[in-house]
Amino acid sequence: MNVLMTGVGGQGIILASDVLSEVMMRYGYDVKKSEIHGMAQRGGSVMSHVRFSREVASPLIPLSTCDILLSFEELETARYVSYLNKGTHVIINRYRLLPPTVIAGKEPYPDITPILKEKTSRIHFVDGVALAEEISNPKGVNIILLGTVSTLLEPEEALWTDTISDMLPAKIRDRNIEGFRRGRRVKVG
Amino acid sequence: MKKILSGNEAVARGAYEAGVSFASAYPGTPSTEILETIAREYKGIHSEWAPNEKVALEVASGASYAGVRAIAIMKHVGVNVAADPLMSLPYTLTRGGIVLVSADDPELFSSQNEQDNRHYARFAKIPMLEPSTSQEALDFTKEAFAISESFGTPVMLRTTTRISHSMGVVETGEPREPNTPSLERHPAELVMLPANARRRHPVLEERIVALKGYADTSPLNRIEMNDPAIGIIASGVAYQYAKEAFPGASFLKLGMPYPFPDAKVREFASQVRELWVVEELDPFMEDQVKALGLGCRGKDRIPICGELTPDIVKAAISGAGTGKAAQPVLPGRPPSMCPGCPHRSMLWSMKRNKCFVCGDIGCYTLGFLPPLDAIDTTLCMGAGINHAHGISKVLGPGTEKIAAVIGDSTFYHSGITGLLNLAYNRGVALVVILDNSTTAMTGAQNHPGTGITLEGQQTTSLDLETLVKALGIEWVRTIDPYRVKEARKTVKEGLEYDGPAVIISKSPCVLLKSRNVSGRMLSVDADACTGCKVCIGLGCPAIEFQDEKAHINEMCVGCNVCAEICPADAIGGDV
Ligand SMILES: Cc1ncc(C[n+]2csc(CCOP(=O)(O)OP(=O)(O)O)c2C)c(N)n1
Repeated sequence: MNVLMTGVGGQGIILASDVLSEVMMRYGYDVKKSEIHGMAQRGGSVMSHVRFSREVASPLIPLSTCDILLSFEELETARYVSYLNKGTHVIINRYRLLPPTVIAGKEPYPDITPILKEKTSRIHFVDGVALAEEISNPKGVNIILLGTVSTLLEPEEALWTDTISDMLPAKIRDRNIEGFRRGRRVKVG
Repeated sequence: MKKILSGNEAVARGAYEAGVSFASAYPGTPSTEILETIAREYKGIHSEWAPNEKVALEVASGASYAGVRAIAIMKHVGVNVAADPLMSLPYTLTRGGIVLVSADDPELFSSQNEQDNRHYARFAKIPMLEPSTSQEALDFTKEAFAISESFGTPVMLRTTTRISHSMGVVETGEPREPNTPSLERHPAELVMLPANARRRHPVLEERIVALKGYADTSPLNRIEMNDPAIGIIASGVAYQYAKEAFPGASFLKLGMPYPFPDAKVREFASQVRELWVVEELDPFMEDQVKALGLGCRGKDRIPICGELTPDIVKAAISGAGTGKAAQPVLPGRPPSMCPGCPHRSMLWSMKRNKCFVCGDIGCYTLGFLPPLDAIDTTLCMGAGINHAHGISKVLGPGTEKIAAVIGDSTFYHSGITGLLNLAYNRGVALVVILDNSTTAMTGAQNHPGTGITLEGQQTTSLDLETLVKALGIEWVRTIDPYRVKEARKTVKEGLEYDGPAVIISKSPCVLLKSRNVSGRMLSVDADACTGCKVCIGLGCPAIEFQDEKAHINEMCVGCNVCAEICPADAIGGDV
């Protein structure tokens, strides 16, 4: 399985991909994950490749082999279309962070749906921000959407929630487990 | 126990399990987290930030001379700085194991060049190990120490960004007891004057031959026979890409690519029909295969520039396409200095004085980007002051004013000698030291100016102004870069001064707790704003321009610089 997570710096993508990796290791798979640190900063593009199966060779997902693309920002979804195929599930957080050239009025914010539709019809927009407000956890969009993605994967709910509880600090544990469960009720299959 | 670790965390774990006693590094992407992990998780290891990589390697070799295991960690270009000790260290006696970690950066995610440090192993005549996974990063670190002590040689462990920063499942082990430190005198092996070094050179040559034999028989280098139609020699992450692309091919996986295992390579070559060498960057292994008189393919198809991917490897060997996908044209998200960054206002003040700015390496290098366009050269750490000196010397007086800009961590790393030269050789240039009390670019590490060690102890905090004066600079001013008018005026005076001049621009990084900005958002009075775009010239991500007016967004931290420079006095807020 190949899961690609994308978005911008500060959205909690690294944590979401860490939880996914840990769950899959506990489930019994070999797991590899690759992301780029360094110049990545608030507002910069971020992506994380997570791969799991009996044995994983490359830490990078080969082109056209992504099974699930979870994107926390609309435009960032389109940057990675080359990884998609017609079976790929694309789950997109309905959120836009305007890039500098759009802010400066030099170009429009692109319409990404046609770009994605050329590859797959399994495109699901999820209003992560609204769901996070619903459970009064505005910073919890990452784990909520991980909950949504989890419905497409094998492990049962308890393995996910146990792992989250082991990995997150006590202060934010319960509200993230609640968020994870809320995200799991969103149907994308 | 099974854990998911990054390659860097696994090297740190490996150092702990190997019984390392001493670790030193200078930060640099992608290597930084190795020492950070050691300091955080394995407190039994004494760990230190060194002011530069030469110091890191030398203090580690001192620890090794005292009998314990020691590790020095740096990014690829850091090894250039440490190259002087590196070249002679293999001549001296190894008591405790000593390992140099070099983290290379194919694709230049965060570097000024794309050099291939495997050449250093050959240059210094030391063995080099190259892990392909996090598990190997742990295992090979331990193995590197074992080789170091059994052969009496420094060992290089080479990673790349994709190994250092990728995570994988790792089985951890138990730590070995650290060596007991002891002092012994071995002047014939530790004092490298010509008579001794002359005797030590053949020792080094014999050792590398012995290591070649080890490479031929060690399980670090293994043949995996499958379909003999294609045989691939690979190491590092490129091995994983080739495995992904050609799971049915035969492989010679080199965990120890130097010294080159000639016999094993010949054996493998004789068993396969088409021989390929898959490696990132230079044809380091390929050239050695060819030197054995063996025919092989590699860099005729596989790019030298940039990192590889499974698709690039597949395309190259199968002869179809490039393996690179066409990218949709989308608005980018280029890096920029943070809102409220003290570097921004200082660079703005310099630019307004129309000088030629020799830059250096750090967050301020981003001042090169529009709209600031404030940096004219950047080569390597510490080069800026020397560029300014060279340029101003040959241009002479009456031409464009020459300035240099350098961060505090970079100044301690390799700027001090440049400033000493500027004073000694009577240069005429203005040097601006951006003292933000941290090494920001690599994630805010302490340095000799912060008064705190890596292990969190209070220590001496260097007084920059005293140091600068001691180097022979008479004109020194310390200013607050947020007070733009004063900063501009001081820059002007410094540029007009007939001699070497230094401005210390002192204000903590906005990401530090000690930052001196209000944290309160400013706003634009739309009626007063004339749309002149002076504030837009700062390139601050918190200032937007819509409907012919400036707007301030929620990224604002209230540094007040835009308010100070606004000709219409249209920006305010309760600061
Ligand atoms: C020889 C070498 N070592 C390490 C690095 C990585 N590196 C780039 S900039 C930098 C230091 C930046 O600190 P400073 O000069 O204080 O500027 P700041 O980022 O804080 O503005 C480091 C460690 C490098 N490029 N070259």
